[in-house]
Order: sequence, then C-alpha cells, then structure tokens
Amino acid sequence: MTTKLFGEPVRRREDARLIVGQGRYLDDIGSGAYAAAFVRSPYAHARVVDIDVSGALEVEGLLAVYTYEDLTGPMAEPLPVLIPHPQLTHARTGYTLVRDVAHHVGEAVVMVVAVDRYVAEDAAALIEVTWEELPVVVGVDAAEAAVHAVHPDVPDNVAARHHQERGDVEAALAASAHTLSFTQYFERSASMPMEGKGVHARWDADDSALRVHSSTQASTSVRAAIAAKLELSLEKVEVIAPDVGGGFGVKIMHPWPEELLVPMAAIKLGHEVKWVEDRREHFISSAHERQQRQEVAVGYDDDGRITALDVLVWHDNGAYTNYGIIVPINTATQLCGPYDIPVYRARVNSVYTNTVLVTPYRGAGRPQGTFVMERTMDRIAQERGLDRLEVRRRNLIQNDQFPYDWGMTFQDGRPLVYDSGNYPGLVDKLEALVDWPGLEDRRAEAATRGKLLGAGMAMYVEGTGPGPYEGAHVEVLGSGKVLVSTGLTSQGQGHETVFAQLAASELGVPIEDVEVTTGDTRRFGYAVGTFASRAAVVSGNAVALAAKGVREKALRIAAELLEADPGDLEIDEGLVQVKGTPGASIPLRTVAVLSNPLRYAFDEAARQATQFAGPGDDSKPPIAVGDSPGLEYTDYYSPLRSTFAAGAHAAVVEIDPATWEIDVVQYAVVHDCGNVVNPMIVEGQVQGGVAQGVGGALYERMAYDRDGQLQNASFMDFLMPYASEVPDVDIDHQETPSPLNPLGIKGAGEAGVIPGSAAIASAIEDAVGRRIAAMPISPTELYDLMRSDGEQVPRLPSATGVPA
Amino acid sequence: MKPAPFSYADPDSLDEALAVLSAEGEGAKVLAGGQSLLPLLNMRLAAPTTLVDINRVPGLDQIEAGGSGVRVGALVRHAALLRSAEASAVQPLLARATANVAHPAIRNRGTTVGSIAHADPSGEMTAVLALTGGSVTVATPDGTSSVDWADLFLGPLETSVHGPAVVTSAFFPALAPRSGTAFAEVARRKGDYAVCGAGVMVTLDEDRRVASARVAYISVGLVPEVHDLTDAVVGRPVDAADWAAAGVMAQGLVDPDGDLHASADYRRLLVGALTARTLASAAAEAQERSA
Ligand SMILES: Cc1cc2nc3c(=O)[nH]c(=O)nc-3n(C[C@H](O)[C@H](O)[C@H](O)COP(=O)(O)OP(=O)(O)OC[C@H]3O[C@@H](n4cnc5c(N)ncnc54)[C@H](O)[C@@H]3O)c2cc1C
Repeated sequence: MTTKLFGEPVRRREDARLIVGQGRYLDDIGSGAYAAAFVRSPYAHARVVDIDVSGALEVEGLLAVYTYEDLTGPMAEPLPVLIPHPQLTHARTGYTLVRDVAHHVGEAVVMVVAVDRYVAEDAAALIEVTWEELPVVVGVDAAEAAVHAVHPDVPDNVAARHHQERGDVEAALAASAHTLSFTQYFERSASMPMEGKGVHARWDADDSALRVHSSTQASTSVRAAIAAKLELSLEKVEVIAPDVGGGFGVKIMHPWPEELLVPMAAIKLGHEVKWVEDRREHFISSAHERQQRQEVAVGYDDDGRITALDVLVWHDNGAYTNYGIIVPINTATQLCGPYDIPVYRARVNSVYTNTVLVTPYRGAGRPQGTFVMERTMDRIAQERGLDRLEVRRRNLIQNDQFPYDWGMTFQDGRPLVYDSGNYPGLVDKLEALVDWPGLEDRRAEAATRGKLLGAGMAMYVEGTGPGPYEGAHVEVLGSGKVLVSTGLTSQGQGHETVFAQLAASELGVPIEDVEVTTGDTRRFGYAVGTFASRAAVVSGNAVALAAKGVREKALRIAAELLEADPGDLEIDEGLVQVKGTPGASIPLRTVAVLSNPLRYAFDEAARQATQFAGPGDDSKPPIAVGDSPGLEYTDYYSPLRSTFAAGAHAAVVEIDPATWEIDVVQYAVVHDCGNVVNPMIVEGQVQGGVAQGVGGALYERMAYDRDGQLQNASFMDFLMPYASEVPDVDIDHQETPSPLNPLGIKGAGEAGVIPGSAAIASAIEDAVGRRIAAMPISPTELYDLMRSDGEQVPRLPSATGVPA
Repeated sequence: MKPAPFSYADPDSLDEALAVLSAEGEGAKVLAGGQSLLPLLNMRLAAPTTLVDINRVPGLDQIEAGGSGVRVGALVRHAALLRSAEASAVQPLLARATANVAHPAIRNRGTTVGSIAHADPSGEMTAVLALTGGSVTVATPDGTSSVDWADLFLGPLETSVHGPAVVTSAFFPALAPRSGTAFAEVARRKGDYAVCGAGVMVTLDEDRRVASARVAYISVGLVPEVHDLTDAVVGRPVDAADWAAAGVMAQGLVDPDGDLHASADYRRLLVGALTARTLASAAAEAQERSA
C-alpha cells in the first residue's frame, strides 16, 4: 500500500498554522467579552476579616464584583477531590473564592468583571481586604515538624500516607552484606506553559445553553464539572479546548476556580465573559510540583546487586489535594525503574504547606523517584569501586523476566506489571552513543582548557497510556474528506499529525484528506484527557480501531457495488479496488455517498444516492437491519493496564572552576517507546523533555521565603533555560513493542524530562568529586558546596567496567 | 498585568516634549524603547500619569564618532550601537559591552541612553559610561547642560536628572593610546542581566609597562563602581603582571549583596575571576595597540 504512514516522519501539520500566527488560542476568542480579574490573597495563611468593595464600585466600566457570599448551591461547596484514594485520609480542597481562610498566596478572594481587563484590574486594585495573618508552613521539613498546621483539623499536616511494599524490607536490609543510608532533597518547579490558563464563556439565554472555551487538557471533564457546579444539564454545556499553548500537566488539573466562576458570571450577566491568566497569576495560583525530601536505605551484596531498598519520602503537596496522590504514587511505584529489586518498600507522606497546590507536571513524581534510584546506583558503584554502567547492568531486569510483576498497584489502580522491555539493550546503546569508554580522554582534554569534565547517566521506566479509555470517531464525507475526532485534547504535541497518520494508514487515504479535531465536546463527548503520556497509546489505538470500523463498512458496501468479495478488496489512495483487477474500483467518497440512501438530491454527489438513481436491490431495505446510514464509525480503546516505556540518558558537563558555571556539553538519550508512529514527533518530545530536565536540574526553583511569598514569580527571576542553555540531544531509538495494545505502542510524552536531574547530578559529582544530594544546583550553590566540608566522592575511571 | 490609566503624548520636537513634561509635572515620564518602563507599568510597579514618547523627536538617533569620543543620541538602539564600526573604532568597549545587553529583540528597541537614564546597576552601559569617564547631555526647559557620570548615578534606578528633562545623548570618551579594553560577565542564562560583570581598561606606558588598570563592575554595588587596580600591577610588563593579584585587590574593594541568584561571596569570587580575565585580555590588546 502506498498510503502506509505508520512509522514515517510525517511533518507536523499543525506547525504552519501555529508558526504563522493563525493558531486560535483562548485569548483570540471573544473580543467583545467582558473581562474578569481577581483579587488574590497576598498572604500565605490568613483569615478574611472584611472585604470592602466600595472603592471598586466607583470605577466606570465595572459590571460585577463577586465574593464567596455570592456563591450558591454546589458553587459554595469545596472544589472536588478529583482522584479519591483510600490512603488520602485527609483530603482538603479550597473554594472557588476564599470562604474564610486563604491557604496560599494567590488564592482568589474576589472576582471583578468589567468592560475590559484594564478596567477590571483598576477596580480590583481598589478593593480592600482586611486580613488576620495566621502562622505559615513552608517546605516539607516545616510541614513534618508540624509546629503549625496548614489545616487546623490536620494537625500533623499529613494528607496521605502512601505505602507500597514487596517483601520484608527490614529483614532484608538486616541480612544485606552492605548497606547505605542517606537523605536527598528535590526542589519545586512548574509546568510553565507559554500560554497560561484562560476561560471564555458564552451563555445563550434563549436556549439555556453554555459554551465554554478553556485552555485545558481535559475538556470533557471540565464540562461535567461545570454542569455539576452550576446545576446545568450536561447536554446544555459545551466545552472546547481551542489551540492550547502548552500544558505539561498544569491544565489536567480541573476544574480551576476560574473555569467555574467565568461561566457563572457569563450566565448572571447574560454576556460573554473571559479571563486570561497573566504570568504572575500563573506563578501564584496555578500548580507546581516536585519538592520532596527522600530518606533512603539500601542493602546490596559484594557484587553491587541490590538486596533491599527502603525509601521514606516527604512529599510537599502544597495547600490542597485536589488531584489526589497521583504524584506520590508515581514516585513510589516508578522509583525502581528498570532494576530487579527483590525487596522494596516505599512510604510517601504527602504533606500540606502554605504554598500553591502540587499536581502533576510532566514526569509527575517520576523525576524524583529516578533521582533516588539512580543516585543510589552511583553510590553503590562508588562504594564497590564499580563502573556506573556496570553496576546498573548487574541490577537490570533481564529480557526473559517480562512480563515483570511487581506485586504493587499503579496510579491507574491496576497491577504494576512491566509489559515488555529490553533494558540491557538501552545500556549498550547509551554506552556507544556517548562513547563512555572515551570519557577519560575527554576529561583530560577538558583539563587542558582549565575545565572540569564529568559524565553521568540515569535510567527510567515510565508507566504510560493508563486507561480507563479513549474513543474516536471517524467519518468519510461525500467529498472524500475524512473527519477524525477525539475527546482527548492536544496542547501542541502533534496529535493532529499522528492521529491523521493512523487514520490514513488504516483507511488507505491520502493524509491530506484527513481532518482531525481534538478536545471539542460537541464532536466527541466521552474522554478522559491528555496526561501520563497516553494520547498515542490510548487515543491512537482508538483512532486506528474506529478507522478500521469505517474501512470494514466501506469494503462491505463496495463489495456489493463491485460484485466482489470484501476480502478481495483493498483501499489505496482513497480508491476501493479489487486486488489485482485494475479498473474494478470505486472511489471511497462515492462509497460514502452511497452509504446514506437519500430521498433528496441536495447536491450533485447526493444524486447518486437517491431512490431512482440506480437499479438497487428491492428485496432488502435500503439500510440493512443492524446497520446505520453514513460511512462513519466510533470505537473505543480501553487498555488492560498501563504500558511501560523506558530509556537511558547520559549527560556530560564542563565546569569552570573559576566561576563554577556548569555547561551541559553533551546529552544523549536512548529511548524505547515501543512501535514509533512518527519518529520526528517522538524526537521532538524527547528534546523538549530534556529542555525541561535541564531546567529542573540547573535553573528552575520556586523560591518561597519563610512567609510563603514566592520571591521569583516572574520570568525575570524564575529561570527557564533558553535555547542557548539546552544542548542538542543525541537520540537513539530502540523499539520493543507493547503486547498490550494492537499498535504495540508505548507513550513518549514525558520521558525526556524524567532522568534529567539524576543524570546531571551524577555528571557534576563526577566532575567535581563532591556529593550532590540536592537538586537543582546553581553555580553559587556549587561554589558553596566546594567550600563546605561536604562529602568527597571517589571518581572512578569510566573505562574499566570491571570491579577494581 | 495591565497598566493603570495614563495619558500619552508623542511630541515631534524636543521643545514640545519638554513643554509637556513641565506641564504634567512629577507624574510624567519619558518613554524611549520601553523595554524597562513598560514591564514596570504592566506590573503596576510604576504608575506615571503621563508618558512622553520621544520616539518622534527628530535628530536623536545619531551616533557621532570623532577623535575625542562617541556621542550616542537618545534614540540610538542598543543594536545600532553594537553594529557601529565607527563607534567601535573610537571606543571598542561600546560594542563589547553592548553585546551583553539582553537579547536581539530587546536590543532592537531598547536605547543605550535609556538604559543609562534608567540607572540600573546591572546595566552594562552604566558601567561603560563610568569607566570611560563619560557624561550625558540633559535638556530642560531652562537649557542644556552636561552631567558627568560621577554626578549622575545616585542609587539603583536613581539619577540626579530631575524635573522636566530629557537626556538627549551620552558621550563616551575615546580609548586613549596604548590602551586596551575588555568586558566579561557571568549571567545565569545567555542574555540575562549579569550576576556580575566587569569592564576594564588597561593603559601601558611608553615602555609597554602597565601604567594604569581600571575596572567598573555591574551587579556588584548600588551604582556602577569604578575601581583603580593600578597598584597591583603597575610597572609590570604585560606578560609578567599578576592579574590574579589585581583580582584579589578588587575583591577587597567591593561590597556586594546576595540575592536569589548569587550569594555575596559568590559575587566576590566572580569579581576576582572576571577581573583577572578581563585585565589580561585588555592588556594584550593594549600591547597590540602599542605596536
Ligand atoms: C528581558 C529583558 C532583558 C534585559 N536585559 C538587559 C541587560 O542584560 N542589560 C541591560 O543593560 N539592560 C537590559 N534590559 C533593559 C534594556 O536594555 C532597556 O532597553 C534599557 O534598560 C532601557 O532603555 P529603554 O530605551 O527601553 O528605556 P525605557 O524603558 O523607555 O525607559 C526606562 C527609564 O528611563 C527613562 N528614560 C529613557 N530614556 C530617557 C531619556 N532620553 N531621558 C530621560 N529619561 C529617559 C524612562 O523615563 C524610564 O524611567 C533588559 C530588558 C528586558 C525586557
């Protein structure tokens, strides 16, 4: 077949539109809308004593001011706990507008609606809130100490004690030939999409119908949440995710207060209302992730093989637990990565602090887990005098151990079972890609330039493509256009391209004929959302299944017309033909026309389907029993469990010992996401992930002071790496298909970010010979570390590969 | 992130600009490239009542490079100064420092004079004005005067230019014979404001021995700081001078503060490292120019 596109580096069809400025983002919608602005809490923990809105009422152009007092029914209740879990024993969520106590700086207290955003901000600035300050808890250490409580009815600040276990860890540690124990810290960062959040709502009073656009990763669930909170019937609410300028996780959290308040105001005012988040708001009222303190104890034998691993994590979940304990679960269940750890225990205490809530950010708990596991491997290598690749090789799950059942429960509530993998293959490829044995020569060469060169590596396994399901609708129009729609949303990843590739491949049509719509509940109502590297796996398979359904129907209809057996037909370039019989063919678009028997010839094509157009078979009804008009099909893919992708990263850094500047001079990735639909898109995802990995390792942190004020809430001081700070990534693929889904694919969206901090910490440690036990690290911190009496670590020749 | 209300004037002559500034009083502000002012407005950290946009005022976009130095008009963008071969020939430090100012998009709009008028102690051009011993020309309704750099910078974002005034140009004296310059900085990311930066000027005597070594730092003090390090290296031939000693001397002269991106100690470390590096390369250039 000439139209086989699976596996081809098809160019991203969304790029031309997005690059020339023809994308339609949230703020491009509703130029006539009223604008909302918010008064947000300036304190991390404070009680509202009084709200005086009188100043704002004088402002010309003001339309409405809402406080908690104006909320009724479900709107006055706390926001939902989206993912309940039995171990989340003390879930707490805020209100859409602060009821009496604000628990972090940035919580919305008052919503102002005015003719435009300028006036709305003018009015908001005139609203005076009187606050009574309460004691503030910042950071996991303070949360654990629990001198103060974030929520008075949770005095120990512990929202959840998550626990996963395999074997008797205490006994196994006691029986281990060698043990090590240590503590590490991991800092907060955040998704930071280029486009912040935004909501536009339009109420049609005649129809009692609400149309909401939101810059979201989960339009179907936002729709359900709006309907529930505003007490509307689901079919009267439409939610559309327009072009979304990045999500990276922060937009899977929902419903954000604004997603409910903006529609509420639109209904009350009978006018379009829009809110577009500004960057400061994004910093202080959207979600962050990643702070943990990690206490590790590991036992291993003389050969460096791990016999037991015990990890206690203090995880900062911020002020609320709207998104449940997904991040702690990911840390606990993904920590062991590709290694065969016979006895394991993870305890993650998820604690409240007076900071912005924590929800998944690309990687979602895995970078932290990987940091534990990989730094543990490096320590064992140092202690045993082993090459770092070698110690990993000795601990890897071997190819004949799949499916590898951990006997634990993953974040989708299903058993944690690795479906397939080839982990030794990853190490072999990485060794070659980065020329690991040649590193000593590079170190020596760098030394002649006055630079300290070091290399590090890290591996990960990522559970991707969790259920419960996604669906797709595929329809061939009489024009020959093929419409594909999914309820799953896109945020620039290339879903339009990949779904078009899959539909075109399956149907046998030119990709140009395929149009893809994602995240529009008018087109597809059942969906879960875009997160956990699941779009290609779950929606991709659903698109392929739906296209297959269309294909089968098309062949059935064409078989009758061509008086052939459906099994003898093929579709190529949009033409249904009898295999090996040139000329015996019918265009797919004609099949589409004929699939819908008509009475009225509204256009030229339709004529062919009307009652007097052809001979027809009057022994049968025009539509067979059990069949339906139209060449369309809807199907769903619901995976049994998650599928597990894996990879190995290496970083090479050069450090200037005069200034302690850290330069990542090489970054190599070997990546296995099963069958690859589009290698160019996978490489783009890896490159982008690595950029965020470098950011998290060397640049980004949320600098909260003791009062819970975020000191760097702007792009001036929150340092995301520029293109100039991100190395070009050397990428090699390995393809180990997943046995779990028809296409054999695994997710690729988050992988690039996961081992970044672990690999870069390892490289810096290798370069400077000092223990790196906290990330990120900046030059000023490295300078402090070098002057401290911090632990010296032995530097091992990377070339030997055998025990010293 | 929308500014508070303000009124806006875009006069097409200097006199008119000064007239509007006088009429509007304290609340009026000059708008040049807007690269510093507009973020302050949008974050409501500043709320001027009137913006007087000088971009239509004729004659302010000239670079005049002559024997005595380079005069840079108020509407000369960083990018234009960076590209000016004439300016570089007279005072090479100009382009060297400008290359470190922000990113191309910002250099295309931001003005060199604006950055001096803004008096950010992290701004490269404040240090260059100071190190070269330059001055600015200030136009007021009462006439025009020249203000020496030493009398200009009072504190962070604070100059001695008050009331209705437009800085019409900055003047950077030419590089003296047998002299060389260098500029280097450490920034967290390429193009960011420096964590620490150093511009230096080394002059040799007729015997090619170091006659003077002076340095100006950015992001180290509250105003651009010029320090004379001559004593550490005076009388030495270029290849025998102990530039590291000059760096150590400098470390004793500065009193930096710490912030989110750098501790005070780290800044002091950088003062030493950057001083040694830049002095060595400036001295090498001075030697070439003495040939
Ligand atoms: C992301 C970013 C990074 C940056 N990085 C750097 C950097 O690394 N180094 C650096 O030096 N700068 C940096 N800048 C600032 C940039 O160089 C500005 O252009 C410069 O500081 C101000 O020049 P402007 O023409 O934009 O002035 P404006 O923003 O228009 O004005 C700044 C101030 O100066 C006053 N002013 C301007 N011109 C005059 C005049 N002729 N007479 C009287 N008053 C005047 C204004 O009233 C205002 O108070 C950066 C800016 C941004 C946005």
